[in-house]
Amino acid sequence: MISPVANFISRAVVQGIPLLCGSTGEIITEKSGNLNLGIPGIMYVGAVSGVAGAFFHEKLAAGPLNPFLAVVIPLVCSLLGSLAMSLIYAFLTVTLRANQNVTGLALTTFGIGLGNFYGGSLAILYGEGGALSLKATSDVFRTALPFAKNLGSVGLVLFSYGWLAYASIVIAVIATFVIKRTRIGLNLRAVGESPATADAAGINVTRYKYGATCIGGMIAGLGGLYFIMDYTSGIWSNGGFGDRGWLAIALVIFAIWNPDIGILGSILFGGLYIIDIFIPNLTRSQQELFKMLPYIVTVIVLIFTSIRRKRETMPPQALGLSYFREER
Amino acid sequence: MTEKKRSSEPLVRISARTVPMPALKAWGIRLGAIVAALLLAAVFVVTVTGLNPFEVYASLWKGAFGSLTMFKRTVQNTAVLLCISLAVTPAFKMRFWNIGAEGQVMAGCIATAACMILVGDKLPTPLLMLVMVITSILAGVIWAVIPAFFKANWNTNETLFTLMMNYIAIQLTSYLSTVWENPAGSAHIGVINMKTKVGWFPSLFGEKYLLNILIVAAITAAVYVYLKYSKHGYEISVVGESERTAKYVGMNVKKVILRTMALSGAICGIAGLIIVAGTDHTLSTTSVGGKGFTAVMVSWLAKFNPALMVFASLLISFLEKGAGQIASDFRIDPAIADILTGIILFFIIGCEFFINYKLNFRHKASVEAGITAVPVLFEEEEAGIAEKSGTDGVKEEAES
Repeated sequence: MISPVANFISRAVVQGIPLLCGSTGEIITEKSGNLNLGIPGIMYVGAVSGVAGAFFHEKLAAGPLNPFLAVVIPLVCSLLGSLAMSLIYAFLTVTLRANQNVTGLALTTFGIGLGNFYGGSLAILYGEGGALSLKATSDVFRTALPFAKNLGSVGLVLFSYGWLAYASIVIAVIATFVIKRTRIGLNLRAVGESPATADAAGINVTRYKYGATCIGGMIAGLGGLYFIMDYTSGIWSNGGFGDRGWLAIALVIFAIWNPDIGILGSILFGGLYIIDIFIPNLTRSQQELFKMLPYIVTVIVLIFTSIRRKRETMPPQALGLSYFREER
Repeated sequence: MTEKKRSSEPLVRISARTVPMPALKAWGIRLGAIVAALLLAAVFVVTVTGLNPFEVYASLWKGAFGSLTMFKRTVQNTAVLLCISLAVTPAFKMRFWNIGAEGQVMAGCIATAACMILVGDKLPTPLLMLVMVITSILAGVIWAVIPAFFKANWNTNETLFTLMMNYIAIQLTSYLSTVWENPAGSAHIGVINMKTKVGWFPSLFGEKYLLNILIVAAITAAVYVYLKYSKHGYEISVVGESERTAKYVGMNVKKVILRTMALSGAICGIAGLIIVAGTDHTLSTTSVGGKGFTAVMVSWLAKFNPALMVFASLLISFLEKGAGQIASDFRIDPAIADILTGIILFFIIGCEFFINYKLNFRHKASVEAGITAVPVLFEEEEAGIAEKSGTDGVKEEAES
């Protein structure tokens, strides 16, 4: 009844959603000229804050969970966690004008440390066999539309995901609209392309950089939350998130800084991530070669966009540079 | 905007220092930042774990330097980290943001392992060593020059390109792990030439890591001299300061970029050689283990100065190795090392601001005297002129 293709697509989407959140967040951040290499760390913290929220909620609420609280508490915790991380980055790079690459890498070290420390400690203290399971909360997050099961392949491909998956697609669409079609988006792009010009035009560069970094970070953190609550069914294990944060940054380039292209790109990347399982008769070494594809595709896109030098497909011009008014 | 609002001075006005801060004061600020970071880290440890911070720091010390074996392990770890940090430094000085050291070192590791596995038993040892050195350097160079080539010709974003090259190298390692796996089916390479020890670095005076340390010491000195006293080093700093200036005085910027990145890659290749032939004697996806990223921070912490880099890399290795001890002593997760490293890095990164910029606080007396009634624009210019002539206008007012 359910075709293997539909099965593959649905698995690819589930793989792709964390990447989509990460890349949407990073695109918004990069549009303000901040190259936030701390995104992998922020996604870890987004995940572990959600885990902590869900864990204490499950512990306090003996008996069946209130579905509303089961969603809201981890969600708010996750958003606050990633917000705090983004504020560290924004404060260091915008207010203190620190080097963005170094700050980002330090933030990733810090974030992965926080994630593994808290997740790992909770697992040691309360988990079984080194892993922490939050099945009750996860079940709420994974609730799919009730009619999905009756629609066979179509239902599987379109309606079988948890609400956070649809939310991230909606966020990506809204982000595209805001960046491309609104005054705020225009100002944001101006800040990323040439902060001095934006400043002269009366745009508050600091406020835009802070805003974009924080909103972007919070969206990226949702990717971590989705990974834990939906993809792994609420099971935290240290290092389980892997290199998905960096893959999300790769997706930013692949999507040439468009969140809407990122939606399709994330499904493609998700597919490339697992395609080796679906191609029959691959040797194990060939499987490993397939996993290289997302990165190679990204490099090719990066090269092509820079050779074509079309203005719409270039990275923001002031990407990675701190802005200081007196240095014009 | 009303006239009144226009004339109000912000509480703090930031200006760049035109005259650099005295070195002693600058180092005082950096030291203060490290102390503040350690204090905050202690507060973190106490509130989160409820442990005595002094006990934790004592355990940290024990883990890094507690016994001779531990000390040697820490020094060895420092040497590898230092080597990679030295590798990324010339490129950074040129403002080429190479965060691909992880991949470049990995390429060196792969090349070394390939030599040991494929031709290890066919060549005499001296020749094999030579081949290993050459191939590992070449592999590092290739991995570094690819992004540099596109940067030099089409201004392709090097940060993102080198980042992707890391994961291509790591994935290539996964692939090779299944090709060269030993025992079959394990997807791990295992210790290469376990019995014959072919291709392993020899022990010097009974110390198996001594050769690694000597190589890194030589590289440290060489990079120091190269950056400070050679014509190439000078060209690197000019390109780093301003690419336009470099072009204007007739430097071939493309050539400088390619040459410098080739050098970065070559040193990364040697680091790979040290890891595989001198330390681990195996190859896995975690052979480099994030040191390529950590090296970026070490190099930056040391202000691109090879001599200071020795201390910066020692500090980071100390934390890494010490945290393992904390984890086993107090049964907490070893990831606490990353948290402590992160806190220290944030403080050191942040404190640079106070070295490079000056904060001018709003001065009440001048507001009362009506000086700020002058439009802000003029005032900033005045302050700028005053600073350039070596005096500090605002401060003088405050003192008078």
